[in-house]
Amino acid sequence: MSTVDTNASRAQAEAATNVPPKKRGVPEGLWLKCPGCGASVYKKEVEQQLNVCPKCEHHFYVSAVQRIEQVLDAGTFELMNDHIRPTDPLVFTDRRNYADRLIGEQNRTGLSDAVMTGTGMVRARRVAFAVTDSAFIMGSMGSVVGERLTRLIEKATEQNLPLIIVSASGGGARMHEGILSLMQMAKVSAALARYDEAGGLFISVLTNPTMGGVAASFASLGDLVFAEPKALIGFAGPRTIKATIGIELPEGFQTSEFLLEHGYIDRIVTRKNLKTEIARAIDYCGK
Amino acid sequence: MSGGPGLEFEVAIADLESRIAALERQTDRSDATENEIRELRMELVNQLRDVYGSLDAWQTVQVARHKNRPYTRDYLNLAFDEFVELHGDKHFGDDRAMLSGFAKLDRFKVMVLGHQKGRTYKERAACHFGCAHPEGYRKAMTKMRLAEKYQLPLICFIDTPGAYPGIGAEERGQAQVIAESMFMMSRLKTPVICVVIGEGGSGGALGIGVGDRVAVLQHAYYSVISPEGCAGILWKSHEHAPKAAAALRFTSKDLRRLNVVDDVLEEPLGGAHRDHHQMASRLKTYLSRTLAELEQKTSDELVDSRYEKFRRIGVFLEDAS
Ligand SMILES: [Zn+2]
Repeated sequence: MSTVDTNASRAQAEAATNVPPKKRGVPEGLWLKCPGCGASVYKKEVEQQLNVCPKCEHHFYVSAVQRIEQVLDAGTFELMNDHIRPTDPLVFTDRRNYADRLIGEQNRTGLSDAVMTGTGMVRARRVAFAVTDSAFIMGSMGSVVGERLTRLIEKATEQNLPLIIVSASGGGARMHEGILSLMQMAKVSAALARYDEAGGLFISVLTNPTMGGVAASFASLGDLVFAEPKALIGFAGPRTIKATIGIELPEGFQTSEFLLEHGYIDRIVTRKNLKTEIARAIDYCGK
Repeated sequence: MSGGPGLEFEVAIADLESRIAALERQTDRSDATENEIRELRMELVNQLRDVYGSLDAWQTVQVARHKNRPYTRDYLNLAFDEFVELHGDKHFGDDRAMLSGFAKLDRFKVMVLGHQKGRTYKERAACHFGCAHPEGYRKAMTKMRLAEKYQLPLICFIDTPGAYPGIGAEERGQAQVIAESMFMMSRLKTPVICVVIGEGGSGGALGIGVGDRVAVLQHAYYSVISPEGCAGILWKSHEHAPKAAAALRFTSKDLRRLNVVDDVLEEPLGGAHRDHHQMASRLKTYLSRTLAELEQKTSDELVDSRYEKFRRIGVFLEDAS
């Protein structure tokens, strides 16, 4: 029976259309055409505003490295577990070998996998911090993402640190590592449950796009869930849903605003306010 | 029970089965006919051994989705002594794709959760072909809490193409409830046994899949994505589903090798759909033995070892540098 073709990773391809060019930062050239308002905007100006359109506040892609610079106090980030590296446990081959794909993605993005984890300061408050990068196989979670996040959460549990995870994962659970990727959802969620029992504060920040197995695990488990404006967030990809139910999807479906309306996020937070909002939430929760 | 309609790799088998059935319908059978039946039966066993001894991944998917394959409700009827269905998520509705209730198995009183696909078209439509909505996972969570409160072991039967992809499902928090359900299961202070009985479709399967023991039936599969979905993305066409099925390594053998499941339950010759009773009896034996093992542990031991079990899953390189 294959009437329904739902899947955590399915969102992967679909979300791709919502991810700005697969490069670090914003596209080359002096001017950008903003997908939000259609205006041509000066690239320098966009960059100065944390990759946000000065005219309409469209939030462009930011890399994991840029996100760290934007949220953590300068020079405080200490990268952890970068020595944990991806491999190809299934010897997975589609039209390309996964092993080759990994090397290609590593060279193109400068990242070793789709997440960076470590500790740092948010306005002088020490935190455990992770950020996924949608440029690396759509920010999808395989064994390395699952393991790095779990180790970070365990460290946060031991050291009683607030935990911040910024998600930019249109890819959900990574297909190329098959069932091992799916199981990372359970592994990370279990680590968060222990952290929660120990009284830890977890702030989950959802950015464009957060889909599939990432949305259906750690990203939804924050004590506080923030989202950047107009991010695509959901379980099943819009194309899968459309194919299943055969009708047009409502305007604004699966956006941050849609989730706020339906009660799944606490606050929509613009990029320029993110750092302040995180610091304030930590203070309220007494950490 | 015959294999019923349909599988392309079973053409010769289906032919033998129908010839045997035709001969058996004769009222006055001669010795020659009896002999023929005996020979055809032997031939059938050989064919089944051949075909089912070497199913490829895509054939496994066909078997796992077989229309006559036993579903959760069949096992409740055949392997359990009693089932008291409990409906509702106390929040929005009663999702027929997620069955739940008290049940008795040998000396054990348990809580059972399971995806239900439905046999007739009407049933299948009512339970969305086994694709649960958020209310299904909320229903599951209310029963988990109940099981924990009264120290009933929890048994979960996994059999879903995936969680339902629809507008209502997204509006009511499909991602949220699957995450919450795993979160809850990982700390549940009662024994949890999960068995993939047919299709283990992605997050919708894992949403009731965090157990002290995770088993899979021999011809079931458990995957991060459906082979069609994977083929659509990576090969740009659903027609490549057989290739995707092979690449995803999701058969019971693979799952055991990757340490994703603890046990593989052997199916009757020719698959569970050929003999519901035998499959149910094997399942019962497994559950009874495993419940007896798990009841020896304290709830803290269960929770700790469940954590460690999932903690270890994953394959990566780690240099000392
Ligand atoms: Zn704009």
